[in-house]
Amino acid sequence: MATPLTATVDLIAKFPDSVTADTRPGYGGFIVKKENLVEVATAIRDEFGYDLLTAATGVDYLAENKMEMVYHAYKTTGGAGLIFRVQADRVDPVEIPSLVGVWAGVDFQEREAYDLLGIRFTNHPDLRRILMWEGYEGYPLRKDWKEPFFEEETKPFKSRWPDGQHTFAENKNPFRDNLSFPEGFDPEAYKPENEDDLYASLERFRSKGEDDRLKTDHIVVNMGPHHPSTHGVLRVAVTLDGETITGLKPVMGYLHRNHDKIGERNTYLQIIPYTDRLDYFNSMSNNFGYVTTVEKLMNIPVAERAEYIRVIMAELSRIQNHLIFIGMLMNDLGTMYTPSLYAFEERELVLDIFEAVSGARMMCNYFRFGGVVRDIPDFAIQKIKDLVHERLPAKTDEMERFLNENEILVARLKGIRVLNAEDAIRYSVTGPVLRAAGVPYDLRRADPYSIYDRFDFDVAVRHNGDMMDNYLIRFDEIRQSLRILEQALKQIPEGPINSQKPQYQVRVPAGEAYGRIESPKGELAFYVVSNGKPNPYRYHVRPASFVNLQAVESMCIGTKIADFVALLAMFDIVMGELDR
Amino acid sequence: MYGKGILKGLSVTWKRFWDTYTEDISWMVRGKKRYNTVEGVAHRSSKNTKGIFTVQYPEEQLIQPEEFRYVPFLVYDEGEEGRKEVRCTSCGICAKVCPPQCIWIVRTNDPSTGRPVPVPTDFYIDMDICMNCGFCAEYCPFDAIKMDHDFDIASYERNVYNLNKLLKPASYYNSIRPENAAREDEARRAKEAAKAAKAEAKTATA
Ligand code: SF4
Ligand code: SF4
Repeated sequence: MATPLTATVDLIAKFPDSVTADTRPGYGGFIVKKENLVEVATAIRDEFGYDLLTAATGVDYLAENKMEMVYHAYKTTGGAGLIFRVQADRVDPVEIPSLVGVWAGVDFQEREAYDLLGIRFTNHPDLRRILMWEGYEGYPLRKDWKEPFFEEETKPFKSRWPDGQHTFAENKNPFRDNLSFPEGFDPEAYKPENEDDLYASLERFRSKGEDDRLKTDHIVVNMGPHHPSTHGVLRVAVTLDGETITGLKPVMGYLHRNHDKIGERNTYLQIIPYTDRLDYFNSMSNNFGYVTTVEKLMNIPVAERAEYIRVIMAELSRIQNHLIFIGMLMNDLGTMYTPSLYAFEERELVLDIFEAVSGARMMCNYFRFGGVVRDIPDFAIQKIKDLVHERLPAKTDEMERFLNENEILVARLKGIRVLNAEDAIRYSVTGPVLRAAGVPYDLRRADPYSIYDRFDFDVAVRHNGDMMDNYLIRFDEIRQSLRILEQALKQIPEGPINSQKPQYQVRVPAGEAYGRIESPKGELAFYVVSNGKPNPYRYHVRPASFVNLQAVESMCIGTKIADFVALLAMFDIVMGELDR
Repeated sequence: MYGKGILKGLSVTWKRFWDTYTEDISWMVRGKKRYNTVEGVAHRSSKNTKGIFTVQYPEEQLIQPEEFRYVPFLVYDEGEEGRKEVRCTSCGICAKVCPPQCIWIVRTNDPSTGRPVPVPTDFYIDMDICMNCGFCAEYCPFDAIKMDHDFDIASYERNVYNLNKLLKPASYYNSIRPENAAREDEARRAKEAAKAAKAEAKTATA
């Protein structure tokens, strides 16, 4: 469990009246009094040096009649994190002070907690629903909320066995008791009046016409949700002054399915295949993140051979992800399809390997608590070796030869600012974008998990923070991944592939765990609270795409609309993960 | 020189174009078929493939590895006179482990005693909901439910399979997953032998 370090004593010593240690068994960190939250948080950032706030998660403790916000803060220089939390009585409205002023990176996460749990953040500049639609009533992640077709609190459902007469879920009338609409709601006549709120939130960037320039009208353009370059169903409302962006707001949730709630209904094991569907390009990494978190909670070792298999799969996944990133970026710049299909070719060969070991190309469902499902067959090991030693290095070089010096590409990418280090940290941006801004923060080194501390590799870092660097760093990372793979293939021992007996119900002791991995897109983290039952009490995903996207607003203002598409591409977002 | 980078890049595309045709021609010269043969497809998904290596689905298909999984099916052993000996004992583990809860099992009860008998009366899997995770096959203690290789199941109706539609013979299972089947048969035989030995020891002492 990532319990805090030396700062423990200091924080209580510094704020004896407002901070107490969390003494619940299995929990760690501090409980901060609501009234002093901002003050304590500022001290944590400025005096204790925890500059990167990665996760802000709401939890509904129904039995204790409390709502809780849990914050995980880290140092960009590396090391373990600091957990602090604030509790509020569960009486509407639940109010907690917003931390946007301390870490701008909690913006979306606070909106998410407001949307799904109904926690009001005082002083939040733009507190609107973020994943659910504007007219929605109710807070789905609250423990007393029930979804349409609700059957039971937790799976497995009793109706399936021993007397499982098949019925279609939709035959149970969906409009009777478990779907609630605002009073007098008529779907035919519904007009999303809250759209105005969205456009009003753009308003604050509008130039007030104080200067004596020619007064022109600003126009609002909605890009998406169906736009070929938004990488799925993301909508972005922009206000334009000519071609210059003066205001911008991402609108999301079109692919929202409340992954967290589904997870809380599932048993621990059943969640694994659902994590495949988060970032569907990297199901191996998603599995990795989730099982490491639960393993932390269960306190079990991982079989030695399985550790290597996990690393091999995660790194192969990273390579194909970055190749696709490069291809898709070219699509966004207008180089329609040739580079992206070259990238897809290599990806196909990697997916062949995934299919051979796990049975599926994309939805791998390959990791289990304590190891993996099955061993890698010999022919697949051979295939991995072929790719790692011969094909992928050559193809990466070829890709560079193909694109890097292209004058049009250089003109489009070079010198266009993405983010500087300071802003990136402020907005909790992680992954390649942070590293391209000159911060060598890679969880495989900064907070090592699994067996990454055994490999010799460099954290890829570049210093200009422009689009060119963001593009080139992907090649650097592919090369480092290949280095890791070479070592892993050499060192991989024989032996069992799981430290546990196959079990369909695992026992997870009560407590909380926060597990984080370096996914190809940034920090992918899971926050799991167990109360000792077969299902997690709280299951939360902190996806890299979602948190990274917060920076897009400030970084695009002042740039040209034509660059926006490429700037957005830098975050490598995937809607399956972003909308959850 | 301005434009050099573009030309350099174009050389890569040109090489790809060239490779695609020379590959085809070299296979032809060697008197082999690059398309619509297992050998051709295998080569096109190996590290040595060059040029464009699209697999011309549906005329040809990628070679499915043994572990490939699509939807589950129930295995029966072929008894005498074509009797279907269903392996499933309706223990319910697969229904409990299934993440989207798409397995529905009706257990059989002996009408005279009211006690359960180890065969399912009916067994439904809603294939439209199945997420192809493979947990049911992984955790079934009787090797009774396995993942299929056949993925062409699109239809105009809802795909709720009943017991009848789910049953496939063990010989089919052995043909799609020979290594797994051999391993499982081995384990089952060992278990039975151990049981027999134990029973024998018991009668010997008695
Ligand atoms: S298929 Fe296997 S797990 Fe499912 S009920 Fe039958 S015997 Fe049990
Ligand atoms: S494959 Fe997974 S989803 Fe499909 S029936 Fe089996 S357990 Fe259920």
